[in-house]
Amino acid sequence: MLSKRIIPCLDVRNGKLTKGIKFKGNVDIGDPVEMASFYCEEGADELVFYDITASSENRDIMIETVRRVAEKIFIPFCVGGGIRSVEDMRRVLLAGAEKVSVNSAAIRDPGLIARGAEAFGSQAIILGMDVKKVTPSKKIPSGYEIVIDGGRTPVGVDALVWARKAEELGTGEICLNSIDADGTKEGYELNLTRLIASRVSIPVIASGGAGEARHLFEVLTSGLADAALIASVTHYGLLSIRELKSYLHNKGIKVRMHW
Amino acid sequence: MIAIVDYQAGNLASVQRALAFLGHDSVITHDPEQVSLAERIILPGVGAAGKAMSDLRRLGMERALFVSYEERKPILGICLGTQIILEKSEENNTACIGLIKGEVRRFPENMRGGEGRTLKVPHMGWNSVQFKKKHALFRGIDRDSEFYFVHSYYPSPSDPEIVLGETHYGFSFASVLLCKNLAAVQFHPEKSGGPGLRILSNFCSWKGKEDA
Repeated sequence: MLSKRIIPCLDVRNGKLTKGIKFKGNVDIGDPVEMASFYCEEGADELVFYDITASSENRDIMIETVRRVAEKIFIPFCVGGGIRSVEDMRRVLLAGAEKVSVNSAAIRDPGLIARGAEAFGSQAIILGMDVKKVTPSKKIPSGYEIVIDGGRTPVGVDALVWARKAEELGTGEICLNSIDADGTKEGYELNLTRLIASRVSIPVIASGGAGEARHLFEVLTSGLADAALIASVTHYGLLSIRELKSYLHNKGIKVRMHW
Repeated sequence: MIAIVDYQAGNLASVQRALAFLGHDSVITHDPEQVSLAERIILPGVGAAGKAMSDLRRLGMERALFVSYEERKPILGICLGTQIILEKSEENNTACIGLIKGEVRRFPENMRGGEGRTLKVPHMGWNSVQFKKKHALFRGIDRDSEFYFVHSYYPSPSDPEIVLGETHYGFSFASVLLCKNLAAVQFHPEKSGGPGLRILSNFCSWKGKEDA
């Protein structure tokens, strides 16, 4: 039986982490490679690097970062942000990432998912979905709408319809981020996660809202998620991955306890 | 020197990076001559069986692997590299190298898991291995360790004696095979953190003996 995965997400701008972590005598660690090593030692099951670099000339810095991470990190990792073409995917994968994630670009060009899956296999493609709760309507029957550009632009697409379409197009996993829960530290959006996870047959990674260990337990059980993405809960040292995993293990969840 | 066999199916650098991290030189090669001269051989896992086999045949690699196996050279198969050492695969209905007897089957659709949910294919993520015997290749590895899997097909060798480890996903399948100087794992040791690196490190000092 597969273990549930705990996946830290690291935001990278121009090759540096946007949020350092304070540990080991209050030192800010800004280097993605050091941070990734730290998380591996802590028991992360996978890592996500999100490139928030605005300009395209700085993409080369990200590729170099991916290459450096791949020399030191021997667990799977995914790179997202600014992936707009099969060529973008190829560069990231050849630099050593296992997976790429596409988000806004796939909304504008759904065929990107199919072309990526055809070229590299479904297991290499993660669809990132940013979702906002709205009043159910004819256009958005589930009451969950896709938003892009960091949550600013609603696109008039129903989240459930999009998730199922993306699965058909060949995405291997869905990383489901609730814009409403994101940053609240009050827990994942369980209804949304359950809705999507129960209606697709690919793994769903829940994102947004983790503030304490209990929230991970909830989303991995009643939320039906296969994995939980975490960011600030560990970046700011509130909880370590080791503690999160011990908690889940003691509650009977199958998680990887040796690394 | 360790030869990593390149059957031109994609990115094989992760195995090389893991070996480099452990301090071992290796060469990624599609030259059968170089494979014949290597001390040990890794058959990595990328792509689909049909294309992998047609590329290996075109490169003249099959014979080099046969001879190396007969010469008792340590060989490690990883993922697809494990599957193609059997006789045939359901993937693209492919005749494979056949160093060991048996075949490769696809996971059935609609397998049910613990929560009653359908088990997804590919089998992707961290799973455990139940080791049935001790072996030098797995020295120093905690029995509760987990390994990273990504595959839709699984090995089904004819001889149960060569199954060193099994993994449960809907049912138990052979995830570690060991036959003389040939070891083969269905998971990716180069992506399995500490325990995976330990296997690669053990392989680099393995003499190729079955019961070492």
